[in-house]
Amino acid sequence: MIISIASGKGGTGKTTVSTNLALSIDQEVQLLDCDVEEPNAHLFLNPIIEKNEPVLAPVPQIDLEKCTFCKKCMDICRFGAIAVLKKDVLIFENLCHSCGGCFEICPEDAIIEKARSLGEIEHGKTGDISFIHGRLDIGQVMVPPIIKKVRSYSDPDAVTIIDAPPGTSCPVIAAMSKADFILLVTEPTPFGLHDLKLAVETVKILDIPHGLVINRAGLGNDDVKSYAQKEGIPILMEIPFDKKIAQIYSKGEMIVDRLPEYKKKFHILFEKIRQLVEAKGV
Amino acid sequence: MRELVILSGKGGTGKTSITAAFASLAENMVMCDADVDAADLHLILNPDFNKTSDFKGGNEAVINKDKCTECGKCIEVCRFDAISDTFKVDPVECEGCGICFDLCPEEAIDFPEVICGQWHISNTRFGPMVHARLGIAQENSGKLVSLVRQEAKKIALKQDLDLILTDGPPGIGCPVIASIGQATAILIVAEPTVTGLHDMERVGELSRHFNVPAMVLINKFDLNFDQTKKIEELAQEKSIKVVGKIPFDETFTHAMIQAKTIFEYSKNSQASIDIKKIWNTIIAMPEFNTPAANNIFIPNA
Repeated sequence: MIISIASGKGGTGKTTVSTNLALSIDQEVQLLDCDVEEPNAHLFLNPIIEKNEPVLAPVPQIDLEKCTFCKKCMDICRFGAIAVLKKDVLIFENLCHSCGGCFEICPEDAIIEKARSLGEIEHGKTGDISFIHGRLDIGQVMVPPIIKKVRSYSDPDAVTIIDAPPGTSCPVIAAMSKADFILLVTEPTPFGLHDLKLAVETVKILDIPHGLVINRAGLGNDDVKSYAQKEGIPILMEIPFDKKIAQIYSKGEMIVDRLPEYKKKFHILFEKIRQLVEAKGV
Repeated sequence: MRELVILSGKGGTGKTSITAAFASLAENMVMCDADVDAADLHLILNPDFNKTSDFKGGNEAVINKDKCTECGKCIEVCRFDAISDTFKVDPVECEGCGICFDLCPEEAIDFPEVICGQWHISNTRFGPMVHARLGIAQENSGKLVSLVRQEAKKIALKQDLDLILTDGPPGIGCPVIASIGQATAILIVAEPTVTGLHDMERVGELSRHFNVPAMVLINKFDLNFDQTKKIEELAQEKSIKVVGKIPFDETFTHAMIQAKTIFEYSKNSQASIDIKKIWNTIIAMPEFNTPAANNIFIPNA
């Protein structure tokens, strides 16, 4: 079962929910941190890293001996990554989406593909939890290939928890698509509600069962609750607005360790998710 | 002309509330919401959506069933697994590279331009504002960010404004990179948590990578004094100036609920007093009074 934890707005508590949920399930659990621009789950779980690997993407390299400067590669590239000059070809690697069009179209076989690094993936363990995260190299823009690579290690026999990035565009889709359940985390403020509505639209496009965690409940107003009720989105858990919890988080500690009653609460959250997934399966 | 871009790496540290607060202090400026994915600044500034335009961010492949012979060439060349065995293009997976359209032997694929969102030029009680809304599940947020910033610059030139105040997106990827090119300076809003520190470090590295000077503001500094100290130490190590600190203050949320800036809601709150001081510090910073590298505009401030 794959549970993707998403939010629309940043800073609502995705990582808090992902990591504490992972520690509260009595079966094989895998945590995939797919917020590869700013991965944070490791700061709470402190995994022992056992393996790391680069995420590579192909970019064209021109063999100037064979190249006739016909410009077909430049014409097929819709990302402006190739400029053919009179006696030279310039490649702008950062603009390349690795679609392979130039490689396919070149009539002279003058293009070979070489690898460039987009980021890296680390594999590790925290107790019994298997942990994998991706990290985008500084200055790189191609985020979805790293998320897809992290997700390629998803174990079908385990409960897989995905910590998704904020927003609603391509990186979020890469972290949510083909999940069995999407758990949306929001805060009861106007910004939280506005971005929750965007996240719900995204989830509806993907047509995946979903539910809501309200974090910092008690701060702000009741509009998020009214919206969820009106839309028929089940509210599966509320975490109160409490300076103590904010301080536990600030130190990189786990709520379930410091406030043990939360272990049961997160376990109930998991059971509710499981029931909703099973109900959908029938 | 100067442009200040407010970033954070980590989401939810207070970028938008602080940008809105600056908006009520700054004069002669245009605002730009570069968080096109989940824009929130308009919830406080209440823009009038004076002029709305479509954002055509790219193209998408569509297979014409009448011409398709199901030869499989498109499936073979597509590296994004966007074409199914039944020869349907999944618009969410389609990257818009168009090579299926170029290589189909039957010319059975169309490649129409798609509308990926909308962008707006508005009036607000603090001045003009350029903002946008990327369509759900769309690509090319970086392109839309570049567009709103470009339009904000045009307005600044036309109306002789000397400041662009840009609310940036979270993260360090494509839309963030698009929001900092040629900016005068970046203000990182950091919070004193292990994640806030980690994410601020990555934004700091990004600012160095692209050679845009960075400053840092510590929000909610009294949540964890140890982490606040670590942010100050990291900032010093990386030569990023700390422009000030703001305590944790629920007034921000109360103001947000009434769609007001913190000054409009409570100008005597501690956070308001601190932000005013910080704003005066920022506009006097040498980093903010040096023309941006590669800036094609002549600063007149």
